This record gives sequence, structure tokens and C-alpha cells, in this order.
Amino acid sequence: MATSELMQETAVRTKVVEAIHISKIFSRDTFEVRALDDVSIDFYEGDFVALMGPSGSGKTSLLNMIAAIDRPTHGQMRVLGENIFAFNDQEAAQWRNRVIGYIFQTFNLIPVLTAAENVELPLLLTRLNKQQRREHVETALKLVGLGDRMTHLPKQLSGGQEQRVAIARAIVTDPKILLADEPTGDLDSHSATEVLEILKMLNEDFGKTIVMVTHDPHAASYAHVTRHLEKGMLLRL
Amino acid sequence: MAIPITYNVRNLRMRLGATVMTALGIALTVAIAIFIMALLAGLRQAFSSTGDPLNVMALRKGSDTELTSVIDRPTLPVIKFLSGVAKGRNNQPLASGEMIVLIVLPRKDGTGEVNVTVRGMSPIGFELRPDISLAEGRWFQPGQREVVVSRSVNERFAHARIGDKLHFGKGDWNVVGIFQSRRGSAFDSEIWGDVNLMATDFDRPIYNSILIRAVDKQAADALVKRMSDDQRLKLDGLHEADYYGKQTRSGAPIKFIGTVIAIIMAIGSCFAAMNTMYASVAFRSREIATLRILGFSRPSILTCFVLESLLISLLGAISAVMMMMPFNGLTTGTSNQATFSEVIFQMKITPDVIVSALMFAVVMGIIGGLAPAWHASRQSILSALRD
Repeated sequence: MATSELMQETAVRTKVVEAIHISKIFSRDTFEVRALDDVSIDFYEGDFVALMGPSGSGKTSLLNMIAAIDRPTHGQMRVLGENIFAFNDQEAAQWRNRVIGYIFQTFNLIPVLTAAENVELPLLLTRLNKQQRREHVETALKLVGLGDRMTHLPKQLSGGQEQRVAIARAIVTDPKILLADEPTGDLDSHSATEVLEILKMLNEDFGKTIVMVTHDPHAASYAHVTRHLEKGMLLRL
Repeated sequence: MAIPITYNVRNLRMRLGATVMTALGIALTVAIAIFIMALLAGLRQAFSSTGDPLNVMALRKGSDTELTSVIDRPTLPVIKFLSGVAKGRNNQPLASGEMIVLIVLPRKDGTGEVNVTVRGMSPIGFELRPDISLAEGRWFQPGQREVVVSRSVNERFAHARIGDKLHFGKGDWNVVGIFQSRRGSAFDSEIWGDVNLMATDFDRPIYNSILIRAVDKQAADALVKRMSDDQRLKLDGLHEADYYGKQTRSGAPIKFIGTVIAIIMAIGSCFAAMNTMYASVAFRSREIATLRILGFSRPSILTCFVLESLLISLLGAISAVMMMMPFNGLTTGTSNQATFSEVIFQMKITPDVIVSALMFAVVMGIIGGLAPAWHASRQSILSALRD
């Protein structure tokens, strides 16, 4: 694609995430640690972005800020046009439920709830009735290929299946943005590929904007764009 | 919508050992509370169900109890012909001059001797107490050294079976009958015999009290006022039910000691619940962070963990109720400070007692669960995710 075409396409696409001069500084005893150092980055609707970099480079910190889980020391962040750092705890929680789907490296399923109950959790905060919630849960689990594992507890599932349940939980409220923190980090290569194929499908077929933190070049190869962070700074490649 | 309760129930099941041990600790505390409340409820029922609403009692002015009251014998004819006094079977005024003596009887179970109240009365006394009926044998005959004993006295004390002889006063008294009350009353702790023979035996030509029956409620009120106001009589008139109602204060030592023990145990149980819940919160910090990221608010997390603590305490309370139910109706006794004798009553695990026990457990659950739940709801998502 020619540079002019790329610029034209970017110009008409909606900006989903706009990070402006974000810095995160931790004070440890007598010295400071800069987890993020003046990072400015935009993500557009339908992007599948891989954030790469060594441990401690600030990838997860940036992801957590997009999810309004963490706040910067300096800088602003607009997500879908909203100044998310102006939210209080309650507003941030409600906003996350509506807008963000979060996928963890360690799946973070609730061990005492079945796959369907885990997926249903975010829906409990919506106005959907029981029947509607059930339909959404079935759809989400079928989409990740686990329609026949609804009543299984996490301990009865393989790692790959657990991560697929976690993806179903992340998409069940139909959020615009999926944030994935090392989603294949705890999986074997076969399961990792399955998970990446699902993310690709969600991006291509459902238009989800995906920001994925990863160390794995194979995982990054599924993304359209790869951005690198190092020592808290965004590398200009 | 809140975090589903199945989440709490299954978590409790998952940590079954800790849940059961904590619930058991709470159960023991609640059991103590039920025990105390059941004793007090039984005692209250024994006294509150004693006394007919139409019966009026006369005591010497200034006396609180029959034991400290002395009424001259000539007072009885004056009182029984007051207007408003009901007439009995033989058209005789329903008025009974009565005296109280205490005798020492050994318990059947060998746990020592206690004072038992012996009431001297005339047969009109039976008519004045329609709630009391003869269970076995016959009533005592006036002029005979005979007594009837209550069912409870018969069951708890030696020498109180029909045919036995009780030695008090100047000789032996034959036990000829056993009486019982319909609903449990203060008379369940008494022995009854002829007032005149007892007065002779104890060289006390007086009455301790006079009991009369009024024709109706208004007449009863008027008789109370009349007796209290008449300076010549030097009496205090009072409704019989009020007299026995005041004696529930004999439960005060039980209430005091029981409350102190229950509070100390409750504090311990609160800490046990708190400890369990803190451990649970620490174990599930990543789950809590996940729930927060999914959109559940801090109040939802707080409610969730308080609810879990409540479930443990309710489990304890239900276990305690089940443990204590076999004691419902158990006959026991305590010292009546008003009469210096043993009052016999039944433990009553009433619906009120059960509701109070559940409320007690709920309070323990909330106190024990609040601090860990607060901690769970306030912890940082990021640090919880790293745990």
C-alpha cells in the first residue's frame, strides 16, 4: 500500500485511543523509576496492534492505562473521545464494563464458577434479563468453539480452553476494544495459535480494535502494526 | 446486579475445613446465647403465665413478697366481704388466707439440697387457681397432715412421690397427690397443704398473703385500690399477675452472667470469622482484581465478602439451633431471690429466641466480615493482580 493511501485511510478512520505525553514515574526510596516516559501513541478503530518490548519496558503499564486501571503521573488519554482519567472508581468500572474487554496472561477465570457463569459475569452489570444473558453467553462461547463446555469448571478445561473462555468473557458485552496482556504467554504453541486465530477473527470479522502485549514474535505476526517500547519510551522505527 | 451468591457459596464449599471450623466457633457462641435466652424465656413464661387476671393479692403494706409479708388473721374476714369479691360453689367468698414456709429438700440427682416453697392454703385456694389441676392422687384434706406436690417437685426431689412422707414442722406430712399447671407457672415449684395445720406446726398464727377473686376486671381494679387506700387494713393490694410478673427478676443473675459470657465468646467468634475472611481475601486477591476489571464496583466487592461472612455465621447459627433444640422443654431450676427457694421452669426455645439467635449471628457475621471485606474492596487492582 502506498504511503499516501495509508495516510488517507488513517485520516478517515476513527481514533479509538489517543495517548498524549503519558509518563508514569514510581518513586522507590531515593530514586525514580520511569515506567512510561512521555509516550504519545494513537490507535484506530479496527487496529490489531502488538506492543512489544523487554520486561519492564512499560507495555503492561500502557495497557492498564488504556483500561483505566492505572493512572499516569503526567499526560492525558482519550479513549473513544472520553477523558478516562477524569473518571472516579465507579465511573471507570462502569466504563470498562461497557467499552473494554480484557484478556489476561493467566486467564483469571473464577475457579468456582462454570465456563458459562464466568462468561456471564460482565453481563450481570447490564440491563439484560436472564434469558438474554444466556443467549449472549452461548453465542460468545460458540464463537470461541466452546459451546459444549458451558458447564465445565476451569479446572476441567485445558489452558487453551481456559483462555478461550476468558476471550468469550471479554467479548460477551460486545466491547469496541480488546486489551490482551500476553494472551499466549502461558500456552503451548498449538493452543497459542488457536487463541491468536480467534483474536484475528474478532478483529477481521467483528471489527474489534485489539491491543496485545506480547514477547512472542509469532503472536506479533498476527497484528497489523507492531510498536516497540523500551525503558518506558516508544521506539520510533 | 451484584456478584452472584453462588460465587460465595461455592467458595465456602471449596474451603470447607475453614468454613466448618469458623461456623462451629460461631455455633458454640450462638448455642450459649440460645441457652441463656431459653432459660430466661422459660423463667419469664413461668412467672408471666402465673396469676389469674381476676385475682387480687393482699400483702402487708411495704412488703414486696409473700415471705416478708405478715397479715393478721382477723383481716381475712374483713377482706372477703368487700364488695366486688366473687362467690364460689357454696356461695362462699373466694378468698384464701395463705402462708409460705421454706423447707429443705434433697434433689433426686444427688446434687445437693435446696429450699422449696410450701404453701399453706384452704381448699378455696384450688378454686382460685383454675390453671392448676390434679394429675395424680387426690387433694389434701383440711385438718390432715397431707400435702400435694407439683409435678416438677415430684420429678426433681426425693421423698416427693405419692405415699412418701415429708418431714417438716412438727412431724411428717403424707404426700397424697400431684398437681400440674396447664401452661407452666410459678406454682410448679410448690408444695401445698392445709394452712391452719401449718400455722400450728410453725407457731405462726398469721397469713403471709390473702388471695381473692373479683367478679370482673373493674372490680379487681377497685379492690386493688380499696385495699391499698384503706389505712386501717395496712395492706397493699395488687393484681396476682403483676406480683408474679415482677419475680422474673430472679433471672437477672442468669441474664448478667450469660450476657457477659456470650459477649466474650462473641468477640472471639468475630475474630475467628475475621481471620477466616482475611485469609479468604488474601487467597482470592487476583479474583477480586479480575472482578474489578470486569466492572464490579468497590461496594459490590464489599457486599460480596460481607455476605460470605454472613453465610458462615448463619450456618453457625442454624447449627446452634439444631444443637440446642433437644434442650427445648428441659426442666431446670434456679434460686428465686424473692422467695429464697428454688423456682422450677422449663427451657423454652421460642420463635423469638431463634430469631434473636439468628440476629446475634448476623451481627457477628457483619462485624467479623466488615474489615476483611473493606480491605478486599479497597485494595489496588494492580497490586492485587500481582499477588
